[in-house]
Amino acid sequence: MSLRPLDLVGLILIGWGGLGLLGLVVPARWGRCLLFPLITGLSVLMAGAGLWALQGGAQTLVLPMGLPGMPFHLRLDVLSAFFLTLLGLAGSGISAYATGYFRHMAETRAGDFQRLILLYALFLASMGMVLVADDAYFFMVAWEGMALSSYFLVTTDHEIPAIREAGFLYLLMAHLGAIALLLCFGLLQSGAGGDYAFATLRHHSLTGFWSSMTFLLALIGFGAKAGLLPLHSWLPEAHPAAPSPVSALMSGIMLKMALYGLLRVLFDLLGQPLWWWGALLVGLGSLTALFGVLFAAVQSDIKRLLAWSSVENMGLILSGLGLTLLFHGAGQETVAALALAAVLYHALNHAFFKGLLFLGAGSVLHATTERNMAKLGGLIRVMPWVAGLSLIGILSLAGLPPFNGFVSEWLLLQAYLLRPDLPQPWLNMVLPLGAAVLALVGALAGFAMVKFYGIVFLGQARGLVLGEVHDIGLWERFGMGWMALGCVLLGLFPSSVILQLDTVTHALVGQGLGASAARHGWLWVTPVAASRASYSPLILFAVIMVSVGLTFLGVRRFFHGRWRRAPAWDCGYPFQTARMQDSADGFGQPIKQIFESFFGLSREIPSPFDPHPHYHSEVRDPLWALCYLPLVRGVARLVKVVGVLQQGRISNYLLFSFTTLLALLALVTGTRP
Amino acid sequence: MTLVNWLLQGGQEILGILLAPLLMGWVGIWRAWLQNRQAPPLIQPYRQLFKLFHKEVVIAETASPLLRVTPYLLFGCMGLTASLIPMVITDLPLAGAVDVIALVGLLSLARVFLALAAMDVGTAFGSLGARREMLVSFLAEPALLMVFFTVASLNASTSLRFMVTGFAARGFYLYPSLAFAGVAFLMVLLAENGRIPVDNPETHLELTMIHEAMILEYSGRHLALIEWANALKLLIYFSLGFALFLPFGLTDSLQGWEILRALILFLLKLTVMGAGLAVLETISAKQRLFRVPEYLGTAFLLAVLAILLHYLLGS
Repeated sequence: MSLRPLDLVGLILIGWGGLGLLGLVVPARWGRCLLFPLITGLSVLMAGAGLWALQGGAQTLVLPMGLPGMPFHLRLDVLSAFFLTLLGLAGSGISAYATGYFRHMAETRAGDFQRLILLYALFLASMGMVLVADDAYFFMVAWEGMALSSYFLVTTDHEIPAIREAGFLYLLMAHLGAIALLLCFGLLQSGAGGDYAFATLRHHSLTGFWSSMTFLLALIGFGAKAGLLPLHSWLPEAHPAAPSPVSALMSGIMLKMALYGLLRVLFDLLGQPLWWWGALLVGLGSLTALFGVLFAAVQSDIKRLLAWSSVENMGLILSGLGLTLLFHGAGQETVAALALAAVLYHALNHAFFKGLLFLGAGSVLHATTERNMAKLGGLIRVMPWVAGLSLIGILSLAGLPPFNGFVSEWLLLQAYLLRPDLPQPWLNMVLPLGAAVLALVGALAGFAMVKFYGIVFLGQARGLVLGEVHDIGLWERFGMGWMALGCVLLGLFPSSVILQLDTVTHALVGQGLGASAARHGWLWVTPVAASRASYSPLILFAVIMVSVGLTFLGVRRFFHGRWRRAPAWDCGYPFQTARMQDSADGFGQPIKQIFESFFGLSREIPSPFDPHPHYHSEVRDPLWALCYLPLVRGVARLVKVVGVLQQGRISNYLLFSFTTLLALLALVTGTRP
Repeated sequence: MTLVNWLLQGGQEILGILLAPLLMGWVGIWRAWLQNRQAPPLIQPYRQLFKLFHKEVVIAETASPLLRVTPYLLFGCMGLTASLIPMVITDLPLAGAVDVIALVGLLSLARVFLALAAMDVGTAFGSLGARREMLVSFLAEPALLMVFFTVASLNASTSLRFMVTGFAARGFYLYPSLAFAGVAFLMVLLAENGRIPVDNPETHLELTMIHEAMILEYSGRHLALIEWANALKLLIYFSLGFALFLPFGLTDSLQGWEILRALILFLLKLTVMGAGLAVLETISAKQRLFRVPEYLGTAFLLAVLAILLHYLLGS
């Protein structure tokens, strides 16, 4: 029997699990130096297996495990293959980084570290299992495994109460989502009378009301994982709480599992979409993006800023997905393929640049033990590697050419701009608003990224002793360099990437983009026609370099050679201190001012006569008060009512069981014919 | 794509670079006249650049290499952008590589680097300038994009070449959506170039300055490059405006006399509109900084209205 990609994927998943278990028995020091590089190697292999599977058809495998009569079904098709590639590519960079990052932990907290290896490997393996699961039962097992392992990873530093709280919120939301998913699969199964295998569900289509209900349940279930408004509140709490490589895994990869789930259910299992599904997704996605980026711009904690920006990016991805659904429903498959390619491309890009930035933030946190941007600054001088690689990350995230973030936003904008021709005329008119939101979100992301980079890496240190800060080691450099290289390559060779995505768009919407996008050679991206729009990042990059180089040479030619260093000028003010620079709060102040009514903002501004002035400002999520607090209060009230029954006396409890038994007996005898 | 096209593209870059300070001088003269001052000579900006290039460069002790790289990057990006816009001919070889969205991205790349370099030294004014610049840009950039999208939807293309020739092919029509887009574009032009309702290029008053606050730490040839790039930016916005809203005279062919005619028309447009800018600046007052978001918000909404109007009337 020859090896198929699916067998290889299965072996890698087993390998990850085995390495995790091995981590429990080998000493922590060996675990770090040996097991993490092995996990990295398997990730690279996973990327290779994914790319291999992208070329071919679907393969299936039935494992004789699971419940009696319900064995685990595995299936690897091109959609799974794309996400496996993403998992492998981003996972290898992050795991290589983790090898170096956990050095300190392995030396000081060996027991915790051994558990961490196990959970880390299980987290990777369960994400892989989600992607190859081919029945609802196995899918839910993998999905819950992913949630649980990441929950324990988030609460690695469980001594800190705030982290315990964040973990609890995460677990709660994960389970709400899981309940919705269970119901969703239940509805999908209803009437099919089978074994919950996706193969059965695929041939069984729902109609009308129940089909819409299934869509809504899937939206809630996967939206809770993706951070879709208003189910996003756990994301900015849980992602920053985890150790940085885990944050990178969660933001970079785990969020994409939600996208995978939505794609699987909407395009594969559920039948023809209704038009309002797409409209709802476009609306919610755009709102989420705007909401996320506004909150990212006013954060002062480096990791929370990045987490909010993940909310933004997932919003963009989901709005693109909505667009795909709209056009797919209307039979406009060319535009649907364009939007879908943009979505998948952005998912891949986000995995790379957000992973890179979380790793960079981790290095800053590790070297300075400081997450508050108000205390950082000037790190470019002592951490040139982190600063240089993070620069690529922020330029990508801000969507600037010729880096990767720009390509996917460009594709998405093109999808918006292709003259929409939907059966609903009012939708045709409203859709450009989506493009407007996208443009605004892109510009605001630029604001947030200048703030992030400028405050953390540039300027002067705010109260930090820079001499004690050290740059990252070899493994970390390799990990971050891998991610940065991904950002650059994905930005420079878009048509090659789109060609790879072709099989996926073919499978989902029946049309590919590759044939037209790469019509003019690998240098150019032309989504529809050259007269419509074209973009060539490599040429752009080359001419920027030539232009900048010529400027440099020209100036050099007439250079007189006189330059010196002196204290900063600053309009001639001599008593400049580091505290006079903008703090993170100060930089975000315009956004707070403009969108004051939008934020739940509380500020304490000192009076000019105060001898010990104290400034405090807090931005709260208005949705927390609007959606969550009423829910919490409702639950508390319900608990109080139920509490009346709980007297703590055994005789009462016996009475309850007795009455229950009687009631049941009455029910049974009553219904018997 | 012949050698001639490449030469013309390169020629356009050089033309833009050489012409930009002249435009600054021209606007300066008109401002002086309108304010009853004696005007500086037309070539004053060149003299200033010449002087700056020959001065010693003083770099702050706390500066990182980013500060020194930025002027070159800024100038390179602006020069490149100038070569991409159809000023005289539309058939530019690079037009296929960079469409309007990428053009906005290129301008934005230059701006992000300038803002980061401003924060690099770690002075109060530097970060203040960077913050205000990003504040202006986060509303101005989407407004500019929406203006482009309106024109792009009209001509079913985001490539500048086809956006311009699309109009030429259909002759003269009045588009209501273009009127909105034109007003929005003018507002963005004023904001992005630090002109009067938003910023004043002639002040160093800390309450109001935006662009000047960012470049306080530069001197010598670095400052010269930045000033020059700034002049180029004005020229870029002018020629973008001409290409989108006054495209007459632009030629798609490579015949000598047509190019000459297009060049003369381009210079004529610059002359008139440069004076117009000075008039506009003189009759309006500088706004308080926190009125700026309202101003730019208006520009953004106008641009969004323009594209909505296009779909409302067009479909």
